[in-house]
Amino acid sequence: MSDAKDFAFTLTGLRIPYFPGCTLKTTAQNFESSAVAAARALGIELVELPRWNCCGTVFSLAADDLIHHVASIRNLIRVQEMNRQGLVDGENRMVTLCSMCYNTMKRANLRVRQNAEDIKKINDLMYREEDYQGNVRVIHFLELLREIGMGKVKRAVKKDLAGLKVAPYYGCMILRPKEASIDDPEAPTVLGEVLRALGTDVVVTPYNKVCCGSYQTVHDKDAVAGLAYDILGHARKSGAEAIATTCPLCAFNLDNRQKEVAEKHPDFEHMPVFYITQLMALAFGVDQGVLRFDQNYVDPVPLLKKHSLLDK
Amino acid sequence: MVKKMIISSENEEFMRKIIELSGEIVTMCDQCGTCSGGCPMVGEMDITPSQLMRLAQLGVSDVLDSRTIWVCASCFTCTVRCPRGLDVSKVAEAMRQIILRQAIDRIDIRAIPKEELEKLPQIAMVSACRKFTS
Repeated sequence: MSDAKDFAFTLTGLRIPYFPGCTLKTTAQNFESSAVAAARALGIELVELPRWNCCGTVFSLAADDLIHHVASIRNLIRVQEMNRQGLVDGENRMVTLCSMCYNTMKRANLRVRQNAEDIKKINDLMYREEDYQGNVRVIHFLELLREIGMGKVKRAVKKDLAGLKVAPYYGCMILRPKEASIDDPEAPTVLGEVLRALGTDVVVTPYNKVCCGSYQTVHDKDAVAGLAYDILGHARKSGAEAIATTCPLCAFNLDNRQKEVAEKHPDFEHMPVFYITQLMALAFGVDQGVLRFDQNYVDPVPLLKKHSLLDK
Repeated sequence: MVKKMIISSENEEFMRKIIELSGEIVTMCDQCGTCSGGCPMVGEMDITPSQLMRLAQLGVSDVLDSRTIWVCASCFTCTVRCPRGLDVSKVAEAMRQIILRQAIDRIDIRAIPKEELEKLPQIAMVSACRKFTS
């Protein structure tokens, strides 16, 4: 992107429909508050969808199951309305921060867009809504960053995070399956590109795309703790001091489940798990109140203090 | 020499049900084992993903009793790696659906202690309920 267009962005700001999802309003408020502030520093206004509803969290895989896509598609109707009302800047796009919301709505959208009969049936099920026309595109926040360019991200940095060794952790939902992937599913780089723009030392580990156990955490903590031990252990062995992710469920399994990991493995050393946007907000020098480290299970403050990255 | 395997009509019906629900032509599986090799949950499973595919091909409904279909976390690692372009996660989903659609739940949320429930994020609760309850 040319500098001239860059400049126009900063002047006007890009207003884009934003879907938060349930968890960003509760246990992952730190993700939302840091992302909204970091986006603003880049000239992006995340405009929350009015009357949004839960996306369903998982894309229904059964071939005959249409009813579970209704929730996702209903949100896309909100985007249609926002565009028509001029609340946002064209292009019929909707951005999510949560990886699972992204995957669920991206795939539901693809399914109905590829199948005229599906879209008709789903529209018929929502008789009090206008019809979904199939024109909205679901994108993830990281795709938006790539679009505006890592150069712009780098230029927004006020205090670079040099010396902080961070391992990107992608998880599943922004990489797989291929139809929903924002990057190479086997060799993703986008989180590393952002981290590099922020000045951190990026630590690539082979476990950066291995599943954290996802919803198994509800009834099988041990299996999830086992995976977390592998993922965090490999990051530590590779020299990382922290993990960066974009999924609130990965964050819960890698961060909060460290309690169970430590109970099982006495030699385990705790490791802070950041949302990528917390590191962005930190590097962009915005009010550190948005970082909300009170919601991180493993306290990242000592690590950030060690690198002299906190105001107080 | 061409070998022909004949499966009973009952087994064939089960196989066709799996194909219908998953949308995956399970008979295309070559049993190469790539799915089992890359599965992050395979250590928790009683049969491997490729064994699950084999049982689906043969229409063996005992596969519904396996722990594997519930241990699959739908991470889609096998989906992106299958050289035949098959989606094993959809096959496991079809098997889960056959059970869940009989109103048989895999987990009982009420059995989870209150202090645990309060800690779990919505994203975990909603997805687990979607995957494990009818």
